[in-house]
Amino acid sequence: MTPLKTIAPFAPDKLAAEVVIEATHLHKAFGSNMVLNDFDFELHKGENVVILGKSGSGKSVFIKCLIGLLQPDAGSIIVLNKNVMELSHDALDRLRARIGFLFQSNALYDSMTVRENLEFPLRRHWIKSDQVKVNTMVQEVLENVGLAHTINMMPSELSGGMRKRIALARTLILNPEIILYDEPTTGLDPITAREISDLMLDLGEKYNTSSVIISHDMNCIRQTADRIVLLYNGRAQANGTYHQLSQSDDYIVKQFFQ
Amino acid sequence: MAMCRRAHHSPLGAASMTFGQQLVDFFDEMGDLARFTGRFFREVFRPRYEVAELLRQCYKIGNLSLPLIALTSFIMGVVLTMQIRPTMVTYGVESKIPDMIAIAVIREIGPVIISLIFAGKIGSSIGAELGSMKVTEQIDAMEVSGTNPFKYLVVTRVLATTLMLPMLIMLGDTIMLLGGYVGINLGTYNSLQMYLYQTTQALTLYDFVPAFVKTFFFGFAIGTIGCFKGYTSSKGTEGVGISANSAVVVSSVWVFILDLLAVQITDVLGYN
Repeated sequence: MTPLKTIAPFAPDKLAAEVVIEATHLHKAFGSNMVLNDFDFELHKGENVVILGKSGSGKSVFIKCLIGLLQPDAGSIIVLNKNVMELSHDALDRLRARIGFLFQSNALYDSMTVRENLEFPLRRHWIKSDQVKVNTMVQEVLENVGLAHTINMMPSELSGGMRKRIALARTLILNPEIILYDEPTTGLDPITAREISDLMLDLGEKYNTSSVIISHDMNCIRQTADRIVLLYNGRAQANGTYHQLSQSDDYIVKQFFQ
Repeated sequence: MAMCRRAHHSPLGAASMTFGQQLVDFFDEMGDLARFTGRFFREVFRPRYEVAELLRQCYKIGNLSLPLIALTSFIMGVVLTMQIRPTMVTYGVESKIPDMIAIAVIREIGPVIISLIFAGKIGSSIGAELGSMKVTEQIDAMEVSGTNPFKYLVVTRVLATTLMLPMLIMLGDTIMLLGGYVGINLGTYNSLQMYLYQTTQALTLYDFVPAFVKTFFFGFAIGTIGCFKGYTSSKGTEGVGISANSAVVVSSVWVFILDLLAVQITDVLGYN
């Protein structure tokens, strides 16, 4: 099967913007299972790029490599003009403060209240030490996700959609330049999933972020993607807008868009 | 190659392969545990120091275990005395029961029994907590929040168990001795003053010091193994249960191994 040629995206203005993530010739294997095999990827400022692919195809592995949670076997990753693979621990922490990561399982700290969950990244990155400023930031970000009343609740008291919003709030509280979303609508009902997709778009505009979104949810993808990269057999099999890929004749692409 | 194929086909061969694999897995895990312990010693002296989290863990671990250890120590003291009495009466040395209780509790029964209870309570709790944090990506979330999760989660918990267990054992030993006093008075009358006099007279510094020192090692082993099992947990929620369970089993076995080593060392040093 021949790989699909890159299709010209429909948002040329965003492609002209500066590159904020550039991954080239990435390789990553777990034992004999090669999940990334010469994978190339680019994200431009202000762009929302969805990475689509089968379960276990290496999408989450890729975004974990972007933030230094996993180390690729070969290749290079430049994020916000920093080579992630060559950064010291402290420099990586400073870079991570500029990148938000929304985990698939939300990863809210079970033993902390919503307030403590939101304060945690602020305190750890030494962003604000003044309690009044911290309170203001927490209040503001909670209002932005529409959950100001949950401030003293525990994560176990929240519904799936609420937990996702709080996780999004925790991601946004550091005012990141890039947000990495790992399957943001998985496990949510269609209405809540749509609300989360809307929220991602609204907050992306408000906070002026660029995003990499891992998703299987075609509604979410149609709603949020400026561009879609199809990851197949460890490579970028296709690259284009939702409209372009949905009309592709390629057998593999068609399976995702049927 | 041919031999290998034959081994696979016969039941005995399959069993020996399984045993061989289990042995390899065991040494593999011991190697991982040694590396994990090595990482603890590298991280513990390196800033940033998580003092607030350490104090929180000390309070949580000490406070969580206190009622259980107090209750079981008291019962243990009563039962131990009642079990010893018939034999002591037979040999006409009933008056020596306080001496025997004191030595047994301080040197061996207190440290080992309380450590096993502590392993059951705290080792499993640490294994399950860190295991659940691992499978729900909370550890990764901590790392992207500018926190060294090993230092924040592991170093603080290991230090807390190492510091708290000796204190809990001192308290538990005292309660066990009081349980012994109650046990004696269930059969005959003995004044508290007399009991305290006898128990303190029976003990020397050589009884206290080695017993006290080994409890730091017990606490360290329970904390390290609990954290290791939780931190390296996998296989989703099933893995959390396995982590909690094996944290208790492995740390309990290590308590006995360390106890055996401690008694050999004190013997060589002439403290027995």
